[in-house]
Amino acid sequence: MSESSLVPTLEVVENGEPTVFRIHGRHVGDGIYQGAITFFAVCIPLLVALIAVEIAIAGWPTFRHFGLSFLTSSDWDPVKKRFGAAPAIYGTLVSSAIALLLATPLALGVSVFLSEFAPHWLRQPVGFLVDLLAAIPSVVYGLWGIFVLLPLLRDPVMPFLRDTLGLGNTPFFSGPAYGPSMLAAGIILAIMVLPYIASVSREVLLAVPRAQREAAMALGATRWEAIWRAVLPYAKSGIIGGVILGLGRALGETMAVTMLIGNRQEISASLFAPGYTMASLIANEFSEASSDAHLSALMAVGFTLFVITIVVNAIARWLVWRVSRSASGQAA
Amino acid sequence: MATESRPTPAISAARPRLVSESLDAWFGERHAVRDVSLTVIEGSVLAIIGPSGCGKSTFLRCLNRMHETVPTARVSGRVLLDGRDIYARGVNAIAVRKHVGMVFQRPTPFPTMSIRDNVAAGLRAVGAHLSRRETDEIVEGALRRTALWDEVKDRLHASALALSGGQQQRLCIARALATSPRVLLLDEPTASLDPASTQSVEQLIRELRGDVTIVIVTHNMQQAARISDRTAFFLLGELVEVAPTETLFTTPADDRTEAYITGRFG
Repeated sequence: MSESSLVPTLEVVENGEPTVFRIHGRHVGDGIYQGAITFFAVCIPLLVALIAVEIAIAGWPTFRHFGLSFLTSSDWDPVKKRFGAAPAIYGTLVSSAIALLLATPLALGVSVFLSEFAPHWLRQPVGFLVDLLAAIPSVVYGLWGIFVLLPLLRDPVMPFLRDTLGLGNTPFFSGPAYGPSMLAAGIILAIMVLPYIASVSREVLLAVPRAQREAAMALGATRWEAIWRAVLPYAKSGIIGGVILGLGRALGETMAVTMLIGNRQEISASLFAPGYTMASLIANEFSEASSDAHLSALMAVGFTLFVITIVVNAIARWLVWRVSRSASGQAA
Repeated sequence: MATESRPTPAISAARPRLVSESLDAWFGERHAVRDVSLTVIEGSVLAIIGPSGCGKSTFLRCLNRMHETVPTARVSGRVLLDGRDIYARGVNAIAVRKHVGMVFQRPTPFPTMSIRDNVAAGLRAVGAHLSRRETDEIVEGALRRTALWDEVKDRLHASALALSGGQQQRLCIARALATSPRVLLLDEPTASLDPASTQSVEQLIRELRGDVTIVIVTHNMQQAARISDRTAFFLLGELVEVAPTETLFTTPADDRTEAYITGRFG
């Protein structure tokens, strides 16, 4: 319909030149613009794919040679060229799980406090301080962990858990309290992922409509009941999203974990025992990987970490999608 | 303040359920409700009309102590619920809200709860310890009273968001009725609904009349005329006039009321 109105302008002659030329010129600009942004947009997925393919190719000899035992064996000996990454995979998953277990309730508590209870003048500064946790460099966390957290764990915390609380009878809290351990790595990771979970949860809670709180309160709910029954369920999918963001950080975190986990190729049920993660394994060994087999094994570890991160994220996204779908009423 | 000129005989014998005495309300420095004294008779429907910002919603929110949940909000005066002042020292606002139900402008079903759990939500808040069967009976009763039962009985466990806007609003009314409140407050309950849904909610109010004491705020004068026994006209935070609905719309006592209902401002 706009064509008929465009035709006359095409025939207008300016300075002896038909404006058709200028209109044509604008089309060229559009084309360049579209081409450029398409190029940039394609670049990023392409980069991800390229990295994945490169790592997979580099790790392929290891996967071919060891097959499934690469994932299930605990035998990692670069000298004898035997590679089994099970302790590192186990350590990555367990340290991240501890981190989430500790960080999620804390982060939720902080964000509920900041969005619902804190006086206005307190919200900004406390929120800022929580966010600031994310700004501390990983190596500083590691340093703090070595000189503050480990001594604390060694002396009061671990003996307290093991002997005083009697948790030493369970396999999870038994054995000597050296300090560097799965527990130490889990705690430092919890502190590191807390700001991510807290700041996402806070935003999500603030976005819950006031009407939801009022509806609950008008039914005679206390402030606490209104939060527990109306606000938190409403914000559930967003909070899960925040937890996943934290999980993604925890899985890949390298420096602080390497400094605290003890770096031992062993699977132990006890959280007091040292362990390993995939990221710290790569960080520790890449500089001395002289043989092709060793290098390929590290690449294979990298590829495994990559796949695990993607799978965990996919599961998490599916979870968010399911929760928000049932919230929006299509699931019966 | 104007008093009722000709109370309708049917309800004149009935007793007052909710009485506000010299009620004032503020938001910070803004004096939103000024010295309002008003009586709601048991089992009747009182409509509150007036232009936007006249304090009618704020007044309504004072009747179940929701006004004070807003920061800087303040109230003075008395509100007697069956003779007891809900603003008296020692009265718990949460306890008051268990006896005075409220439904808001937009439907506010809890999105993560099923239809059944939405209706039952208030029962848990009032601390009733009911068996599953007792709860089911109350839910069914509330849904029947709001004429929703036949529409939702096959999908009680579906999400409340699967309902249409009008159904959601009737669900919210059912939720408020489930705890058998002494008064039901409706804050422009049809403002966000389409005409058909509006009609279904109005029909519901007409059916509840006589059985439930209702105060409804509306900016729709025709709606007030259709569903209420008495109508109060608010202007600039003051109660200008309250009278039986027919009287107020045909022979208003105050010039400002007449100006408003004849459309000279608003």
